[in-house]
Amino acid sequence: MKENLSQEKFDLVISADKSFGNAARELFEFRELFYILAWRDFKVRYKQTIIGALWALLRPLLTMVIFTVIFGKIAGLPSPGDAPYAIMVFAAMLPWYFFSSSFQEGSNALVASANMISKVYFPRIIVPVSSLFVNFVDFLISCGVLALIMVFYQFSPSENIIYLPLFVILLALFTVALSLWMSALNVQYRDVRYVVPFIVQLGLYVSPVGFASSVVANDWRVLYSLNPMVGVIDGFRWCVIGGDISFYWPGLWLSLVITAFLLVTGCLFFLKTERKFADVI
Amino acid sequence: MTTVLKADSISKQYIIEHQKTPGYKTLAESLAALSARVFNRIRTPFSSSSTSAAEEFWALQDINFEIKQGDKVGIIGSNGAGKSTLLKILSRITAPTTGRVGVNGRIASLLEVGTGFHPELTGRENIFLNGAILGMSKRDIQSRFDEIVAFSEIERFLDTPVKRYSSGMYVRLAFSVAAHLEPDIFIVDEVLAVGDLAFQKKCLGKMDDVGKSGRTLLFVSHNNSAIKSLCSRGIYLKGGMIAAEGEVTDVVDRYLSNTYHGEYESLVDLERLKECDAAGFRIDSIEVCNLSRPDRQLCSGDDIQFRVNYEFTGSNPSPALIFSIKNSYGVEVCRISNLPFSGVDLELKPRGAIELTIPSLPLTKGIYYVDVGYAHQRVERYFTVEALIRLDIGGADVYGSGFEIDESRGLVWMAHNWNSV
Repeated sequence: MKENLSQEKFDLVISADKSFGNAARELFEFRELFYILAWRDFKVRYKQTIIGALWALLRPLLTMVIFTVIFGKIAGLPSPGDAPYAIMVFAAMLPWYFFSSSFQEGSNALVASANMISKVYFPRIIVPVSSLFVNFVDFLISCGVLALIMVFYQFSPSENIIYLPLFVILLALFTVALSLWMSALNVQYRDVRYVVPFIVQLGLYVSPVGFASSVVANDWRVLYSLNPMVGVIDGFRWCVIGGDISFYWPGLWLSLVITAFLLVTGCLFFLKTERKFADVI
Repeated sequence: MTTVLKADSISKQYIIEHQKTPGYKTLAESLAALSARVFNRIRTPFSSSSTSAAEEFWALQDINFEIKQGDKVGIIGSNGAGKSTLLKILSRITAPTTGRVGVNGRIASLLEVGTGFHPELTGRENIFLNGAILGMSKRDIQSRFDEIVAFSEIERFLDTPVKRYSSGMYVRLAFSVAAHLEPDIFIVDEVLAVGDLAFQKKCLGKMDDVGKSGRTLLFVSHNNSAIKSLCSRGIYLKGGMIAAEGEVTDVVDRYLSNTYHGEYESLVDLERLKECDAAGFRIDSIEVCNLSRPDRQLCSGDDIQFRVNYEFTGSNPSPALIFSIKNSYGVEVCRISNLPFSGVDLELKPRGAIELTIPSLPLTKGIYYVDVGYAHQRVERYFTVEALIRLDIGGADVYGSGFEIDESRGLVWMAHNWNSV
């Protein structure tokens, strides 16, 4: 029997494990689902809210005001270069809000789609990843807000801004990596539901969102950069505010290495556990 | 004929965890148990936790079969025989523990209609969303959009969020999307019990079209007559293994003779029969007999009898047996109980039988389920076992006019007279 099946030609063989190549091919076949799920999330995001998409502006804007007042005015922390404190904070707010929203939604995405997962087949990886797209729209809106703020302060961006897309990619990869890990773990261990908001809450203080990372003492900087968001946020500031900021290169390399590690292991872990999702979810 | 699907010794194992310690009563107890569990996990990570015992359960064992293009295969078996697990493996929702399945062509499975519908989105939007989840491309959906809408009969509500739909509209729309998938292999699990009768007919017709157009159909249902009319081949699963395979009528007969008490197409679920045991009253067996035509299928107009063999060790001054006959949509057609409705006192012996006779059965052709309950009249209901008995009632020319009265002509038939005065 065994020889029989391998001799005959079949389009698809269902067995206990799935090869990486097959997974990639499947992902391509189902590429439209990415777009459809993102479109669904986008459509329903602000349904039955009064101010609708304004929330995408308000949340980072209000946080920026509070951080500027607390860290900039009350604590009197320095702003690197000659940039206004508000711009420095908002440049960090962009990646931070994208990360925290996508990560929270991505981690919960599989469990939230339990019904779909136990009834239909499609590559499961689409679910946590597609939750990034809707937050990317919010991210673009926030970029517009940053532009307005810069006009208001009459602050022109540095020429480094052309490198911004690279940091956006790094940000997206890191977010995907963590979302893959957490969403797959969440299927088995619902503890994740309590861990993720905690990580996000803590992360806001640990990452240099409200302050410049240069306030961290040099001895601690390598340790501090173990958090990949440090490299991302520093990169964003460097792109927006400019060359006056001394760029901390080891931080960026660490960020890249850790992101790559998390992404590869996250993909492997996801593919390994994916086939059991329907049994345990 | 080319092979489109071939299962090569597939097996599926589930691990069932039993909690050794029963439910905690107080917060302190739960906390103590929790700390013990966490401590054990830390000490010996990755081993199965000591407070629960894991048991292996094989839902499917060594399943082999081959399906050729255009085959229409009905899969039958009682609850827990592994039918759903098999379908889940074939539709790739879960992976087999061992073995392989080779597939040629596109599979679409309909394990539940409306999967992925979003309540906030409109009917139109959900057609696209659901279609994409089921594996249709946007172009496919666009080209079949009008057909889908026409089939579902919801044109007027196309731009209304589906959360405002009635459940009937919801199901109709969902089935329509799924029915227009046009895959090479179509896997369907008991979705025909949706919507009203007219819509059910339409669904059956659609499935028939699927068969006629040369596509392959795999169909799971409890409705043996639907299986017989739609399918040409049958696979009978029993305890996770294939018990019979071949010509559909042979397989259905084999299944019926294995499961049913007697030769009638009336089933007493033997697993659930074990639940008929409370307050010293235990039902050992229930026989369903056709008094009009012994050894024949029950039909409208026949005199039928339920014989309940029991053992009784308790006490009950006014025992009540309740038979609730429901049609396949769960509508209670009739409730019969000796007390209080019939006003008949029954005396229970340590060991005996109770006979319930229904002369001239007023049910029309169709599948019915009987819930059986036992109570102390107006004091306590000791047990109610849902769908314990399944009645497959055949149609009959009850009015003697040459017309077989089936469910499309009403739930019941009744003796009547016409007079011109």
